[in-house]
Amino acid sequence: MVDFGGWDMPVEYGGLIREHMAVRTAVGLFDVSHMGEIEVRGPNALALVQKVTCNDASKLNVGQAHYNCLMYEHGTLADDLLTYRVADDHFFLVVNAANQDKDFEWMRENNSMSATLENNGDRYSLLALQGPKAAEMLGALTSAPLGTLKYYWFTHGDVAGIPCRIARTGYTGEDCFELFCAPGAAEKLWDILIDAGQPHGILPCGLGARNTLRLEAGMALYGHEIDASHTPLEACLDRYVKLEKGDFIGRAALEKQKNEGITRKLVGLEMTGRGIARDGYPVYLSEEGDAAGIITSGSPAPFLKKNIAFAYVPAPAAEMGRAVWVGVRGQRVAAQLVATPFYKRPKK
Amino acid sequence: MSNKTPPNLRYTKDHEWILVDGSTGTIGITDHAQDALGDIVFVDAPKTGTPVQAGKVFGTVESVKAVSDLFSPASGEVTEVNDTLKDSPESVNEDPYGKGWLIKIKLSDKSEVDALMTADQYSAYAAQEHS
Repeated sequence: MVDFGGWDMPVEYGGLIREHMAVRTAVGLFDVSHMGEIEVRGPNALALVQKVTCNDASKLNVGQAHYNCLMYEHGTLADDLLTYRVADDHFFLVVNAANQDKDFEWMRENNSMSATLENNGDRYSLLALQGPKAAEMLGALTSAPLGTLKYYWFTHGDVAGIPCRIARTGYTGEDCFELFCAPGAAEKLWDILIDAGQPHGILPCGLGARNTLRLEAGMALYGHEIDASHTPLEACLDRYVKLEKGDFIGRAALEKQKNEGITRKLVGLEMTGRGIARDGYPVYLSEEGDAAGIITSGSPAPFLKKNIAFAYVPAPAAEMGRAVWVGVRGQRVAAQLVATPFYKRPKK
Repeated sequence: MSNKTPPNLRYTKDHEWILVDGSTGTIGITDHAQDALGDIVFVDAPKTGTPVQAGKVFGTVESVKAVSDLFSPASGEVTEVNDTLKDSPESVNEDPYGKGWLIKIKLSDKSEVDALMTADQYSAYAAQEHS
């Protein structure tokens, strides 16, 4: 068990690689109750969400969710989050555990429009059922219409009698469902899902597999690819930055950066030499020169069977296919910049 | 299943083991160590002929989630490296005291080994560290 944002969480239950492969080929279950939930309600709920984030929440239908960034004035990220529109005047924000209180305070400080704001992490548990067998397995436990539930939409329904918010969202690159329920029901729901998943090869999955799965799927992790010193434009999150939606915190800085061009950029890389890139290792653009970039997340990719990483490099060097070198314990090991996501699930 | 701490080996506080046969020492990591590391995917060991020193780093072992230094239980010179680990690093998980051995060295001072923990001492040490 490790301490993760104040929560005791297992890194693995019975082998990280097995857990990772279960999610790619069958189904895995994660207890991600540590994730923070912040709710915004009232006639000015949309106005507050729009002010503190860079995506355009006015475009969300009721029952729809999107990826979003909580912004600071200088255009950098306070956090990344999913924004769920529960009603016209009710938004449900799922934020990183370690940032929850900080995010809540930041939103409170900026709540000049007096939206109703609640820090509700203690009121929800969250189980994530992820993998190609997730829909079939969950479909047998609920009357909620999963077949018509599209990616990044959500509904409400009972799962084996337990009331849940059922969202087709996730952090693994697979077909996915996230089940929000009352904390008192979470253990029972966990046991029901594990039992029901046995014929499908379900495995309980820990933080270790969660990290390797999201990395393969090319998803950023706060504190690694994104933080208070990087902007969404540098982190290649351009498609979530909606400058045209009107003013928001950090908009001016992002517009300026967009016009002037970014100086550093997040890229994917794959080791071509023998070695594993790890967080914090230096990246070189030649075999001789000084370090020009840094690895933000690096790991063996259990499904792809390659050693992959995210890194920041100078923007002019961010060309796909370019040869780079990663400093692995004092030695430069060859690598190549590649497109992300590293892994894309096969189309059905 | 292999014994979790074979009695014929000596152990370090850094969770390596050494088997002494004449002037040759075979070195690996313990069952406790492989279990704590998780799925091992990469072993970086020195080349044949490289000198190693007791208590000093001689290589690294990497699992999916972490990198760990390897500390030599004794001093000497590397005489053989387990090349099968290049293609099958998982042997370290599956058989840490057998197929998963890391290097063999020519011992320069066999008395160094006497100072290492016995199986009983190591079992107690590992149990205590784990709690």
